[in-house]
This record gives sequence, structure tokens and C-alpha cells, in this order.
Amino acid sequence: MNILLEARNLTKRFANVDVVKNLQFTVNEGDVYGFLGQNGAGKSTTLRMILQLIAPTSGEIFFFNNKIKQGNNTLLRQSGAIIERPDMYKYLSAYDNVHLFAKLSGVKVTKQLVMDQLEMVGLAERCNDKVKTFSQGMKQRMGIAVALVHQPKLIILDEPTNGLDPQGIADMRNLILRLSKEMSKTVIVSSHLLSEIEVVANRMLIINKGQKIVEGNVAQLLDPANTLVEINTTNNIDTQQKLQNTKWAKCIEKINSASIKIRMSKNEVPDLIEMLSLNNTNILSVTPRHSLEDYFLSLTNNNTHVEPFTN
Amino acid sequence: MWSLLQIELYKISKRPRTYIAFASIAAIVSIFQFAFKADGTSYINMLLQSAGDTFELDRNKAINGYFMCYIILNTLLIQIPILVALVAGDAISGEANMGTLRLLLTKPISRTKIIFAKFIASTIYTIALLVFMAIMALFISMLIFGTGDMLIFRAKGDESQILQITQNDIMWRYFAAFAYAAVALTVIAALAILLSVFAENSIGPIIATVCIVIVCTIISNMNVPIIDKTIKPWLFTSYLVGWKGFFYIATDIDNVPIKGSLENWTAIRNSLIILLAHIFIFLGAAVYFFKRKDILS
Repeated sequence: MNILLEARNLTKRFANVDVVKNLQFTVNEGDVYGFLGQNGAGKSTTLRMILQLIAPTSGEIFFFNNKIKQGNNTLLRQSGAIIERPDMYKYLSAYDNVHLFAKLSGVKVTKQLVMDQLEMVGLAERCNDKVKTFSQGMKQRMGIAVALVHQPKLIILDEPTNGLDPQGIADMRNLILRLSKEMSKTVIVSSHLLSEIEVVANRMLIINKGQKIVEGNVAQLLDPANTLVEINTTNNIDTQQKLQNTKWAKCIEKINSASIKIRMSKNEVPDLIEMLSLNNTNILSVTPRHSLEDYFLSLTNNNTHVEPFTN
Repeated sequence: MWSLLQIELYKISKRPRTYIAFASIAAIVSIFQFAFKADGTSYINMLLQSAGDTFELDRNKAINGYFMCYIILNTLLIQIPILVALVAGDAISGEANMGTLRLLLTKPISRTKIIFAKFIASTIYTIALLVFMAIMALFISMLIFGTGDMLIFRAKGDESQILQITQNDIMWRYFAAFAYAAVALTVIAALAILLSVFAENSIGPIIATVCIVIVCTIISNMNVPIIDKTIKPWLFTSYLVGWKGFFYIATDIDNVPIKGSLENWTAIRNSLIILLAHIFIFLGAAVYFFKRKDILS
């Protein structure tokens, strides 16, 4: 597989603080590459360095093995991005915005091209409305239309689900998967929401305080035998008793009136449900909370968090 | 570059603030025209008194379209920099404030081209303002007040002087004066764009530009010998009203104006060179700093 993007010893220093420090990673062609980190970990700074919005203090970025220098437009010509918020010219219409940015991307702009982009993100009917009348989700979709208008190979989405409602989040996930599977795009998607990355990415990088914690294949990094399953039944105390004589009894981590948490293999979840059903337990929900979250927290644990509230 | 310029002009044309300047000019010029139509002779009497009242003329004919335009330009060209700053000061900082600067700079366009496109667009806007002003102050005034020889009331040192320019010697002076004013106002546009590079909201550079113009204008108008020699020659504000030089007609030894002449072309030329140098410096600095700016907005 071709390496599309590579960062070598990337460092950015602001006022004597290394916001990103000696960061190294590779993005292969066709990857949906998850960029994980808590707020302030250096994700946006790194993405901005890739897009030449910020000049690295030191280090190098390679695009298809060619070193990208500040002012070199090779990468920008083949990439589309939404960094943080998808801000558009609010006083212009959706059509005007896509038209304008398509022109800036250097493509031959036709009415058909602009309308096709708006159609793709479901905004064709609102093409003449000013962007200032759009919801956050619509603006996010506008951002995608603008990012894709010149058919880039690489798409960079910085926290694309921020501010979206659940439907918007689901739409964004589907769009990322479509970009990868149907349109063969390479996508870098950053998030501090681990569940987002888990669903869409095939490879990922976790950074903390600007430094690489781990990089690799998502499936390999996750341990399916170490899943935290959260069970909610009509009577959790009764359910606990039913679990006492099973192999999962010793795996129970926490019980309270709201739920029972069991650390177990994800593959065993159907067996657990079957056992509870056979014992006439009224199950309200079973939620496997994937270990990526624990994995992430354990890797980035810096003892600076507020202690969880328990009652 | 052409596409980028088209886009910049389109964006300027779509912003409501662009039209504030045109509306302001239309309002002020109309008030002037109304006031002079109603009671212009009082103003002429006042000027003649200050000139010693030694000049014989038909006071009604003295107020014509050419005279009106000169009076309006004399008043308005001091205020126009504020209107230019309103658009040019927003050039980069407005994009940063809206968040579109990020998106704009992820497109394959050099930052130098962006600055130049914004500068040229601001210059075109400035020229459009001046053309609108010319239409309102000169051509509409010519329709309302008619034409004729033009009187210029000039304070030269401690003396007041009245110059008379014949009707067929005026229009080229106006074209030249407007061209000069365009260069002078372009300095303001370049300064506003430079300040705009450092800010992430529009208000800062607009106010900063206006403050710089006011402070420098005050210094330019100070009559202190040491400032006259050391500071004034380097301030662009010392040359903003240089357009008047095109109306200072040379006279022969009998004090008769010489048609088509200028009293001091060298001074006008030098002023233009200094203004152009300011544009070059401000724009060069804007490019230098913008190319090195980390986009954090």
C-alpha cells in the first residue's frame, strides 16, 4: 500500500511550549485514519501544519514521498479540509460559496458541478439560501461539499461531529464511510470522541500532550476480550443474584441501581443475553462499551482529570 | 490571480458595509448642494471677506459646478480614508473573524496572491468611491449649478489668494486631481490591509487605521520647524491633500494665470513618489508578515 502522507519529527513550539513534539506517523492511501487525542493534545495544530496553516518549528511532511515545503501547493491541490468549524461566507448563498471555493481550488466550475456537490450533501434545494440561515449540521455538510468539490485524494476532517445532533453525527459517519468505500478517498479524521474513531477508522494515532502514544491498526489495537458491558434491567439486584453462579460473576466490576458493569469478552455478549433471558430477566439494554475508551484513557492518563461522581 | 480578484470583488459587492460609504458620500454631497443652492452667496461673501474683498466678481456666477466640486472635495477627501479603511481593514481580519481564512488558505493559492488580490480589490473599491464622488460632486453639481470659470480661494502663508481658472482649463485638472486622490487613498488601503494581517476581528484594524491617519494628520498640520524638517516629509498624511496642487495655476509676471500650467509640478510629482513608496512599503510588509503568520483563528 502506498504511503500518502508521512510526518517526520514534526514539532511546533508556541511561546516555549512544545504543542506538538517529534510527532511521526504515516497515512496510507485509502486509509480512514483516526487522529485521537483529548482537547489540547495537539490534533488541530498537527492538521494545520499538514495544511500549511501553521509552519512547523521543525520536522518534515511528505506527500507521496515528496517533501512539502511552506508555500508548496502540491498537497493543497489534492486535499480538501474542514478545520474545526465549517465556516463559510455567511452573506453568500450555498451555491455562491461552493462556486467560489471551487474556483479557488482551480477546477473548471460549471453550474452542474456546483449543484452535484450540493445534491451530494442534500442541500440542492437550499442552494439559493444564504449560509447564515443554515443550521450547524447544514454548515457541516456545506463544508464537505466545499472540501470535495475539486475531487481531492486526501480529505482532512477536524472534529467533524462537533456541534451536531445525533442524526447529524450518524450522517457524518456514513459520509466518511462512503468517502472511503465508494469514492476511494483517504480520510484523516480527528476527534476526542473515541467512539467516533472506532466506528469509522481502520488505522489510528493517539496523541497526548503533542506526542505520539500509539499508532496502528484499530482492530489490532483493540482487545475484544476486554470489553466493558453495561447491562440495565428492570431489577438489577435480582439480575446480580442470577449472575452469581455463572462464569461472569467474578467479572462484575460495578453494580448500582442504574446498571451492572461486567468486563468480559465481546464475543460472549450473546451468551450472556441468552442466559439472562432464560432466567426471565427483563433486559432494558446491553451496551458493550468498547475498550478503546479505556485503552485511550489508560494511555493518556495524566491524573489531571476530575474524579468521577459516584453516589 | 484574475479569478481571485473576481472573487474578492464579488465578496466586496455582496457585503452591506460596502454601500455605507456610497450612501454617506451621496448624503453629504446632497446636503452641500442643497445648502449652496439655498444660500451659497453668503459663503462666497465670507470667503471674499477673508480674502480682503478686493476681488470683483459676479457672486452668483462664482458658485458653479466646478466650484462646488472643489469645495466638496476639500471637505470630503479628509473623511474618505475612514470609508476606505472600512473595507480594506476588513480584508484579512474579516476572513479571520468569520473563520473563512482557514478555508481560504487550505486552497492552492499563494498568500502573496491573496494579499495582492485583496489590495487590488480595495484599490478598485477606492476608485469606485472616487468615481461615484466625481459623478455626485462634479457632474451632478454641473447640472444643478451650471458651469463657468472657477475660483480657488487659497491660504498661502499668512496671505489669502484668489485664483481664477478659465472654464476650458478645468476638466483635465479634475481628472488629474481624482487620479492623485486615488493614489493617496490607496496608501490608506495598503495601511489598512497591513494592519488587517495582524488582527482577528475587523474593528481593530479599522480603528487603528483611522487613529494613525488622525494622529499623522495632526502632526502634518503642526507648524513646528523641527517637525517640518524631520517628520513631516516622511508622513503620508502630509501629501493626502496634494491633489489641490492641480488647481494652483501658475501666473506670469503680471500675475495673469497661464492656461494649462501648474504652479509646482515638481512638488506634486515628489508627493506622488512618496505616496507610491508608502504603498510599496505597506504592501511589502503585509506580504512579509502574512506569509509568516500562523493561522490560529
